Amino acid sequence: MHVAVASGKGGTGKTTIAVNLALALAEKIPVQVLDCDVEEPNAHLFLQPVFQQEEPVTLPVPEVDNARCDGCGRCSEACAFHALAVAGGRVITFPEMCHGCGACIAACPQGALAEKPQRIGVVARGRAGRIDFVQGKIDVGVPLAPPVIRAVKKQARGEGLTLLDAPPGTSCPVVAAVKDCNFCLLVTEPTPFGLNDLRLAVGMVRELGIPFAVVINRSTLGDLRVERYCRHEGIPVLLKIPFNKKYAATYARGKCLVQEYPEWAPAFAGLWREIERLVARHAGIAGN
Amino acid sequence: MQELLVISGKGGTGKTSIVAALAALAEDKVLADCDVDAADLHLLLRPEVESVNEFYGSNKAVIDVRICTGCGRCLEVCRYEAIKEFRVNPVFCEGCGACKLACAAGAITMEPNLAGYWYISDTPYGPLVHAQLGIAEDNSGKLVTLVRQEARRLAQENNASLIITDGPPGIGCPVISSLAGVTLALVVTEPTVAGRHDLERVLSLASHFKVPVTVCINKYDLAPEKTREIEDYCHNAAITIAGKIPFDIDVARALVNAVPLTACSSGAAARAVRALWDSLQVHLERLKKSLS
Repeated sequence: MHVAVASGKGGTGKTTIAVNLALALAEKIPVQVLDCDVEEPNAHLFLQPVFQQEEPVTLPVPEVDNARCDGCGRCSEACAFHALAVAGGRVITFPEMCHGCGACIAACPQGALAEKPQRIGVVARGRAGRIDFVQGKIDVGVPLAPPVIRAVKKQARGEGLTLLDAPPGTSCPVVAAVKDCNFCLLVTEPTPFGLNDLRLAVGMVRELGIPFAVVINRSTLGDLRVERYCRHEGIPVLLKIPFNKKYAATYARGKCLVQEYPEWAPAFAGLWREIERLVARHAGIAGN
Repeated sequence: MQELLVISGKGGTGKTSIVAALAALAEDKVLADCDVDAADLHLLLRPEVESVNEFYGSNKAVIDVRICTGCGRCLEVCRYEAIKEFRVNPVFCEGCGACKLACAAGAITMEPNLAGYWYISDTPYGPLVHAQLGIAEDNSGKLVTLVRQEARRLAQENNASLIITDGPPGIGCPVISSLAGVTLALVVTEPTVAGRHDLERVLSLASHFKVPVTVCINKYDLAPEKTREIEDYCHNAAITIAGKIPFDIDVARALVNAVPLTACSSGAAARAVRALWDSLQVHLERLKKSLS
């Protein structure tokens, strides 16, 4: 089963929830963690995996064969991303704008364009105890996160639980991460920012048709509007973690709640049971 | 005119609270919110919206079922898995047009797509340009560029000397669009392993685009040894620390009451933001002199 941990607002505790859930379950079922926050991946800081393999992620960008190109400009007309231009009868490419869609290649009547792989990031795979760990990382200066996220997701094993730590926001990188998951946990905080961004995130998962539930982190540092919203919308709140300076210090040092405060392990095991129940219920509804 | 951008790499370090607190201190400025897919600054500044404007992102492919012959060429060429059973899912379509080129029957058109809105608003702290990207839409970089253009236009109109911009988290497309050509980037970090890790990535992005930076450590007293690590790192990289803000319950209170911290508190955090603003003004003044 694929479960994404997403949030809308950044810094609400996505990574905290993902790594603690992974650690709480790893003794019982096969667990894989995919860190899909490829701009700022953090899960490795807490799980401390030993990386065994690393592969570059590439994007197919156009390369011009000047012997064949007659400068007709069909490629630059076809490109929706302004990654090609014609100047002085010659085609110039801007690989940093390219989305790797292949439209320019198809549009060229001379067969003067070929695709060459351009590195945009890296996917690393390793182990953290019993947890299979994969993370993606875009190279600094590269704008396009979704292809690296797709490359991370290709490493999914498809047994037991695959947990995806999603990037913040509600736009294309998040959609790339959450797409095709069986369930999405939305982590929020009880502040006006948390509520506003939770509403947006709920809109996104609804659009994707993925069953979801909410976790409220630092639940004592704010007000009750998030809970009221969830009740009104019929969204289950599966877990609340109160603010505690000791928990904050644990996180600051890169340590995990279920390891430093084992009394939290049953809560995460319970979270998993609730997710299984909700996924089964959703499948039942979808099946009817 | 100068542009001060507040970014962080890691989300949730306090960018928006700090921008709002600075907004209540600075004079003659225009405010901009470039975190277009989870915009929050308006929640603290209580804007009165003066104009609502449509934002069109990339086009989306539409298949005319009456013309479609079901040959399947579009399915083969689409690299975004956006076409299923000869229907385009606009959420996954990136608007590249490869399917249109491949369609021999001419059944595919590329249609404009309303991807969000941007607003010009009046706030008690000056004019604000903000936006809301539609849910699950792409092209946030293009919308960020638009917000920045409008903020600059507004600043010129109002003879404002400064634009303060709330930036998005991460180091990808919307951050790159926010960063290009700003006067100074204030990077807000927190004393945690994740805050520090993400700080290093966002600092190398700023250096990649040759943007001057300074750092602020928020909630610095929650983990003094991590704060020291960040200070040492910045010192070795010749990056200044413009401010250190302590953990203060007034920050959460200000947030819940939706008011800028410096407009409602004289506590430790509010005092630290005032000191931060003094230090930023010195920075900006120095950058102005180095240009002239």
